[in-house]
Amino acid sequence: MSGGAATGTKPATVKARADLALNDEFLRKAVKYTTEKLRSGKKTAMEQHGNWEEWRERGRQIRLHTIAHLDYYLNLFANNARANGVHVHFAESDADAVRISLEIARRVEAKSVVKSKSMVTEELHLNHALDSIGVEAIETDLGEYIIQLAGETPSHIIIPAIHKNRYQVADLLSEQAGEKLAPDTKILAGFVRKKLREKFLEADIGMTGCNFAIAETGSMVLFENEGNARMVTTVPRTQITLMGMERIIPSWADLEVMATLLPRSATGQKLTVYMSGITGPRREADGDGPEEMHIVIVDNGRSLQLGDPEFQELLNCIRCGACLNVCPVYRHIGGHAYGGTYSGPIGAVLTPALKKNVAEWDDIANASSLCGACSEACPVKIPLHDMLVYLRRRKVEAGRGNAVETAGMKGFAAVMGKAGRYKAALKLGRIGQKLVVRDGGIKAKLGPLKGWNTYRIAPSIAKETFRERWTTLDQEIRAGLAEMAPDMKARMEQKLKERGTKGKEGGHGHGG
Amino acid sequence: MKVSMFVTCLSDAVFPRVGEAMVRLLARYGVKLDFPPSQTCCGQPAYNSGYWEEARTSGKTLLQAFEDSDFVISPSGSCTHMIHNYPKLFENDPVWLPRAKALQEKSYEFAQFFVQVLGVTDVGAVFPHKVTYHPSCHGSRLLGVKDEPIALMEQVKGLELVPLPFAEDCCGFGGTFAVKMADISGAMVTEKVDHIKETEAEVLVGLDMACLMNIGGNLRHRGEKVRVMHLAELLEEGVKLA
Repeated sequence: MSGGAATGTKPATVKARADLALNDEFLRKAVKYTTEKLRSGKKTAMEQHGNWEEWRERGRQIRLHTIAHLDYYLNLFANNARANGVHVHFAESDADAVRISLEIARRVEAKSVVKSKSMVTEELHLNHALDSIGVEAIETDLGEYIIQLAGETPSHIIIPAIHKNRYQVADLLSEQAGEKLAPDTKILAGFVRKKLREKFLEADIGMTGCNFAIAETGSMVLFENEGNARMVTTVPRTQITLMGMERIIPSWADLEVMATLLPRSATGQKLTVYMSGITGPRREADGDGPEEMHIVIVDNGRSLQLGDPEFQELLNCIRCGACLNVCPVYRHIGGHAYGGTYSGPIGAVLTPALKKNVAEWDDIANASSLCGACSEACPVKIPLHDMLVYLRRRKVEAGRGNAVETAGMKGFAAVMGKAGRYKAALKLGRIGQKLVVRDGGIKAKLGPLKGWNTYRIAPSIAKETFRERWTTLDQEIRAGLAEMAPDMKARMEQKLKERGTKGKEGGHGHGG
Repeated sequence: MKVSMFVTCLSDAVFPRVGEAMVRLLARYGVKLDFPPSQTCCGQPAYNSGYWEEARTSGKTLLQAFEDSDFVISPSGSCTHMIHNYPKLFENDPVWLPRAKALQEKSYEFAQFFVQVLGVTDVGAVFPHKVTYHPSCHGSRLLGVKDEPIALMEQVKGLELVPLPFAEDCCGFGGTFAVKMADISGAMVTEKVDHIKETEAEVLVGLDMACLMNIGGNLRHRGEKVRVMHLAELLEEGVKLA
């Protein structure tokens, strides 16, 4: 089986990639169907929980605290994991992480690797690297397995094959089976289950990601629904876990909060079907487990965010995918349009932030209407829509702004900086639009209106603007003005008074 | 007490009827709006596109125009929220930062001012029509104005409020987004209008003319007869009908 590279080359811009998706009715239908299911599941779970906002704030506090003291907790985690008999490795770059993993694979003379739950290995393109030294890598999460068969990459953080419907999946699996499989979820899952059993038994290495790493005991925790991660971490003789350096939380008590937030945010489940805590390799009394266990802690651009006042909170992300499920842009273009390993709002920020070659990636920050649904959905309150604006600003400040837009914005400031110029511009506009306005609207697909008018009719500048109308309106209002009711006046005065005290308290008194 | 109107450049230039409705409605309660003509635009198009220097140039016209005002009221949740970004925008400017914070504190979106400050929900309007409401993202999500417009509409006699499916989904406007990512934006507004059609409402009402211009533009493009109104217009028309 070949590695996980996508077939064909992807277009270079997010716009061109989005066009591919917008013209793919299957994809749009499949993505809409599943994201709607997931987000309504989350909504129900939040309502049933009853105290969601407080737990969300607690989750945020835990993540803020951990990341602020990441050096301390990483050290604590590594020391405890080593004391448990785990080989802990630190990988600064993707190349380092790949080298470490391949060295282990060579040393244990591995022929095959079974994998589960790892977006980090996608980030490292590890399957490709394993393939290059003759080691077969098999994805065992159902969605990930489907994606691997299709030669694609995941298009969602937790539902990698979200863009495929069951008919497409049936075709892919029928090829594997050598017979026509009915597009029935049970039959398809049953086929994969049987197929993967053989692979679990054959594999020399089990490779996983990590949802949370518990510093106080050096343990790693995995959330899953299919039981395959448990197979991966118990059957093969060697286990390699790759984790982003920010996966740490201080204690098991903190896990309670995360275990409350993550499954509900991801799928609306109260808890995933399996939650495994793994503390070191197999001990003598254990019935199963790997003889040798490695944890590779991957930086790969994450530490660049530390100390950055605008982006450090990115490291708080718990990879639940909730921001993708509510994003109206993701809903229409799916994950591949984002071009990177991580998609949706978190991907649009994370990909440029993790890469040192920001220039190649910063256009995906434009693929957002800044509606804020992502920030509202985030279980640890990462202000993603603000971060998208910061990315755009950094691009402009670095002098890499689009030339036409830069000129336009200079013009904007010149006009809007003085009311006199603004008034003059409106007058000019009114004269200019005479050529194109029909029936109060503009249909012509001219210049910047081209895209707009493909879907809409644009409005025109009013015959009389508000400011032009003001003097007459003002006179008329003065003539017939009602007396303000005393209670209303009192309310307004009260508001003014409160404002004064708020200022004196110096910003205190804001409730959680 | 000085209560000022921040009309927003869009309502000023394209939808003056919205500003006018607001002025008339407030006058019925003895609130005489003042209109400082030195105001231009809040600077949001520049801010969101990353051109913060240009946004500051534009925003300063508001900081100056409303220096002496006690309350500033605007027919846009999005532009009001932009004022809430000013402390961030002028973070490193010791001269303008206090003024930015002062303006943020006294700025209100129209429905917010009516319900939170004046304490009015029943304006005595009659509007015998089937209406659906699109809660604009910035006003509802970022500024937190969610219940106020509903409270105002619930008191309007004859008004039948039909829930809009997926109401909280963005209409696809997003300022320059609609130009830069025209096809994604087009897909979003198309879906929004599909949902509006499902409600069979005669009137679409909202609190942000930018979003309503976007949705209304698609409605018109598709030949749909749904009337698009700002809540201030609806209430003012309803009061006249009563």
